Amino acid sequence: MSIEVITPGLCTTVQDTGRFGFQQVGVSVSGVMDKQAVQMANMLVGNQQTDAVLEVTMRGPSLLFHKDMLIAICGGDFKVTINDRSVLPNRAVWIRSGSILKFGLAKEGCRAYLAVAGGWDVPLVMGSRSTNLRGSFGGFAGRMLAAGDKLVQSSPGSFSQFLANQLEKKAGAAPFYQANWFIPSSTLVKNGEAVVRVIQGEQFADFSEESRQSFFEQTFQVSTQSDRMGYRLTGPALELTQSMELISAAVTVGTIQVPPNGQPIILMADRQTIGGYPKIGYVPTIDLPIVAQLRPGEKIHFQEISLRDAQKALIERDSLMKAIKLGIEVTVGWR
Amino acid sequence: MPRYEFSPLGDSGVMVKLGEVIDQQTHEKVILFSEYLQEHPFPGMIESVPGFTTVTVYYDPITLFDPLDDILPYDRAVAILEQMSQQISNTHSTEYRLVEIPVCYGGSFGPDLEVVAKQNGLSVEEVISIHSTTEYLVYMIGFAPGFPYLGGMDERLATPRRSSPRLSIPMGSVGIGGLQTGIYSIESPGGWQIIGRTPLSLFQAGESSPSLLCAGDKVRFRPISEREYDNGEKVY
Repeated sequence: MSIEVITPGLCTTVQDTGRFGFQQVGVSVSGVMDKQAVQMANMLVGNQQTDAVLEVTMRGPSLLFHKDMLIAICGGDFKVTINDRSVLPNRAVWIRSGSILKFGLAKEGCRAYLAVAGGWDVPLVMGSRSTNLRGSFGGFAGRMLAAGDKLVQSSPGSFSQFLANQLEKKAGAAPFYQANWFIPSSTLVKNGEAVVRVIQGEQFADFSEESRQSFFEQTFQVSTQSDRMGYRLTGPALELTQSMELISAAVTVGTIQVPPNGQPIILMADRQTIGGYPKIGYVPTIDLPIVAQLRPGEKIHFQEISLRDAQKALIERDSLMKAIKLGIEVTVGWR
Repeated sequence: MPRYEFSPLGDSGVMVKLGEVIDQQTHEKVILFSEYLQEHPFPGMIESVPGFTTVTVYYDPITLFDPLDDILPYDRAVAILEQMSQQISNTHSTEYRLVEIPVCYGGSFGPDLEVVAKQNGLSVEEVISIHSTTEYLVYMIGFAPGFPYLGGMDERLATPRRSSPRLSIPMGSVGIGGLQTGIYSIESPGGWQIIGRTPLSLFQAGESSPSLLCAGDKVRFRPISEREYDNGEKVY
């Protein structure tokens, strides 16, 4: 046993980068909502990008550690403590067996991620450790964590062990030790209003001129009916110039679809594989972490981006992430 | 060769349109193209999803980018798919899998069977007979894991959805919604008229082929008694 859940929080699940290859039989991709935060958290503990993490939502869990571990917390700011002493996000932390790690309420952002060296050891189901909540499979027993659940850590790689040993030495007798270097996080919205870029969707031109204008000029609010499946937005009603019956087809993460009531929905990680509503746009991969950290009541201002610029931005971020990884390895003396 | 239409689905997908209407001919093109992609995945391809008239191909833009030529990943994916479309033979596939699905109609398993009968001026026996003598085509799987979109239902059975959807419909329930019939592959809320239930599992997480049905299969329903249902194997 590695950790035990004392209180589970609002919606705490095991997730990895997603379950691929089964959308053709109706299986949602699932996976973490904020991939950028998870990429960073996994990097900080020397993991592969695909290693499973815990996703924590709005109100976080309390966890009792039964083993010394190397961990990192990224994403939303949940005022995390270990044995009631505050822990900073975005850095590697060594934690001693017997300590209690407590997530509070989300102060900024909506979701935080707890990565552990080696990743969380739950069975691979159809190639992924992600929880499919609707289908009740994958992750930890196909569900959110509950009090009393016990999670096991997979064996860490050699770089993770190197890091852990370094921090453990500095910890002395303390219950934990956090590295004095960190990765700056940038996707959290500070003033409650996010700028999210959008690629025009297949039916963009079928919306009235007024609707197309207000889509980019006015703001939309994230409604309380927003979850891992999708974000329902409220704002100016978006209208088609004439009603259309579309033939259902595949929909992807970030798709902004508009049902007949005119209020757009952004499809997220647990979306269905097939959809039939008009698509006014797509949030590009690069901006999905921003959306993933928005919470009910916060506002979105959409800004147009071309497919070309969206793909270029993604490629640039990938280079940046590789540079950060190298930077970590150099900083700690691994290279 | 037919001309395929390509359009972006976000920044990591290409939607390939193979026809304008839902029919047998377009469906066969969809199946041929899907099968070709399954057998010949290209580097950077993540997966493909067949629809009524489309095949959507998901790819990784990073893998498809080469700094030496600076070609946009989407353009490269389309070029690959365009080339593939030339490779696919024009012959229609005539082979298909026929899957028989035992169904216990009516009673507590099919609380809306009489609604469907009354709506269409048929007897309950006639509804069962019409529903179980038709051969259905699996156009695609979606909505829920393993849930088949079936084509070919006899119009004499068409029944509007319930005005207020049920909060929970048991797994295996066979329903009618408008001109469509289908099987609830997992327990789920839904508004279809429920006429029976199958003891078969349409979806089993963890198997290498988790779904009983695939796009392109044909389906026929076989009426069974409650006793047979109880003895029915839950696995396939």
